[in-house]
Amino acid sequence: MQRTLIDKIWDAHIVRDLGDGWVLLHIDRILLHDLSGPGALQDVKARGLKVRNRELVIATPDHAVSSAPGRTGETFAQGARLWAGLKTFSHEAGIRLFDLGEDGQGIVHVMGPELGLVLPGTTLICGDSHTCTNGGLGALAFGVGTSESVHALATQTMRQRKPKRMRIRIDGELGHGVSAKDVILHVIGVLGTAAGVEHAIEYSGSTIRSMPIEGRLTICNLSVELGAKSGLIAPDDTTFEYIAGRQFAPEGAMFDAAVKHWRTLVSDDDAKFDREVAIDARAIAPTITWGTSPQHAIAIDGRIPDLASEATSAGRESLVAALDYMGLQPGQPIAGTKIDWVFIGSCTNSRISDLRDAAAIARNRHVADNVTAWVVPGSLRVKRQAEAEGLDRVFIDAGFEWREPGCSMCVAANGERVPPGARAVSTTNRNFVGRQGPRARTHLASPAMAVAAAISGSISDVRRI
Amino acid sequence: MQAFTTVIGRAVPLMRANIDTDVIIRIERLTAGEPSALGTYAFEAWRYLPDGAENPDFTPNQPKYRGAPILIAGRNFGCGSSREGAVLALQGMGLRCVIAESFGDIFFGNCFQNGMLPIRLPEENIQTLVAETNASETPCTVDLKLLTITTPSGRTMPFTTDPQRREALLEGLDDIGLTLKYEADITKWQTQDRVARPWVWLPT
Repeated sequence: MQRTLIDKIWDAHIVRDLGDGWVLLHIDRILLHDLSGPGALQDVKARGLKVRNRELVIATPDHAVSSAPGRTGETFAQGARLWAGLKTFSHEAGIRLFDLGEDGQGIVHVMGPELGLVLPGTTLICGDSHTCTNGGLGALAFGVGTSESVHALATQTMRQRKPKRMRIRIDGELGHGVSAKDVILHVIGVLGTAAGVEHAIEYSGSTIRSMPIEGRLTICNLSVELGAKSGLIAPDDTTFEYIAGRQFAPEGAMFDAAVKHWRTLVSDDDAKFDREVAIDARAIAPTITWGTSPQHAIAIDGRIPDLASEATSAGRESLVAALDYMGLQPGQPIAGTKIDWVFIGSCTNSRISDLRDAAAIARNRHVADNVTAWVVPGSLRVKRQAEAEGLDRVFIDAGFEWREPGCSMCVAANGERVPPGARAVSTTNRNFVGRQGPRARTHLASPAMAVAAAISGSISDVRRI
Repeated sequence: MQAFTTVIGRAVPLMRANIDTDVIIRIERLTAGEPSALGTYAFEAWRYLPDGAENPDFTPNQPKYRGAPILIAGRNFGCGSSREGAVLALQGMGLRCVIAESFGDIFFGNCFQNGMLPIRLPEENIQTLVAETNASETPCTVDLKLLTITTPSGRTMPFTTDPQRREALLEGLDDIGLTLKYEADITKWQTQDRVARPWVWLPT
């Protein structure tokens, strides 16, 4: 029987068949952060249960902690209780915690891969919808609510139904100024935010194969904006080279044995997918969103849709609502739109390659007078690496703020917000109403495009900078 | 978990597509740590005007829909984040059931964990339901035992729900208690996996 990669990982983790298509699925990694972690651990305790396999659980604060230079867990007062709770409950349960200021701390989906904690063929959950990021290494990773986290902590399993399988093949060389972020925004713009509902997505094709791991993590990160809980990419030599030597990765003969196993983690040639889509990467331009859904993605030289593009009255109504919220006119070019803020960071685009891309545009240039621009590295390791390469100086000299690692303004859970009515270009994953703060207007783009906007003071084509 | 058998009451339409979890409940309301207050903040960006007064244009604010236990929503309802507070916020508004053409996957699962019934219905049934609820003061009935919705005009619409999830909702069952019975299976699987994939097993 020909199987997809998703089937192979799924089948290997079935602890018990529960009937009606349900299985008890073993979970190899549980990641906890300060927003949903303390509640889940507290609930385990309140039920008189124990964390079943503490060695498979990893915790780090990222959501509700300040990113201000010199911050502590109490700098953002409203998050202090969550930060303290994560520490206390992790300590009590004997869970590995990477605390603020400690090597390894970072946005949970940045630090996991970086430390070698995320491995191909593993199942992984976290109380965060962008857990799908970790599929970039060939893990079956998905976001869950707190109740399901409690179940997983207490039993190291989850009751699950197998998702449908979708494959998105992306072929062709990327043009100048086009990054993984542009690719996945383009895909969401073409397919829409509900395309992957009830599916897990495997990304394949020559574009993906030639993409470094950090780009693959960016691709998989936005799977949930396609509606899929999981997105993943078959591991290959690029993956194995990335993992080798990382702190928690296997070593020596064990690494070789692992690679031998990981090489089997590919979809069989004739494996059947429930849905297949092909995307031509050569046609992708630097891409940016104009509206309040990630599917509102257009090429940088494109125009904001006009009302005639929507066939139904409900469609026109939601288009008008999005335009109204964003303060934009239909049919206008997106380039040239004045902006107030730029945010570079998040589990989508805060890794060292993202900061290198951004710094390459920022070098010897300066942020426009009307723009406030932040860089929030994804982890302490990313921050230190960037500083070793002098990227922090490039950003600071260009007028950016250089901050401490965490989710920060992507989700605005830590009080760091785009002000009401202000327009931001962000390297994040969601442009929802109020996402970056009440009435904040968010345009999603790549790190290079974000810097291009910061420098020119308006949405700009990075290829012309 | 609160069991769900039958809910009778008004159904309030909110027909925008892709209503996301961030709009259902802002993340900062979750860091505040008062789950009981979440209902006040559900849909706050739409529900209140900038001065804090209720927005009369927001359908659920209309007197006839106050306290409605059923929400009819546009497709892909609850897309976005994994925050379980989105379900708690809807419950805090008095909702017990959400009907839409489709749902965000994580939100859909979170509903069942909290005694909230999400129902997927074809678009034409949703249109009928909205038209009837707009035109009539008569309540709808959602019956999970019979798997039917009775519309204000008395028409019966069948729906489907996964049988295991239906049973858990009807009985208010706790997943964890059920899974703990399989402890021996979990131990057996892990013992084999430690041999087959030793690299997965981090030192304690």
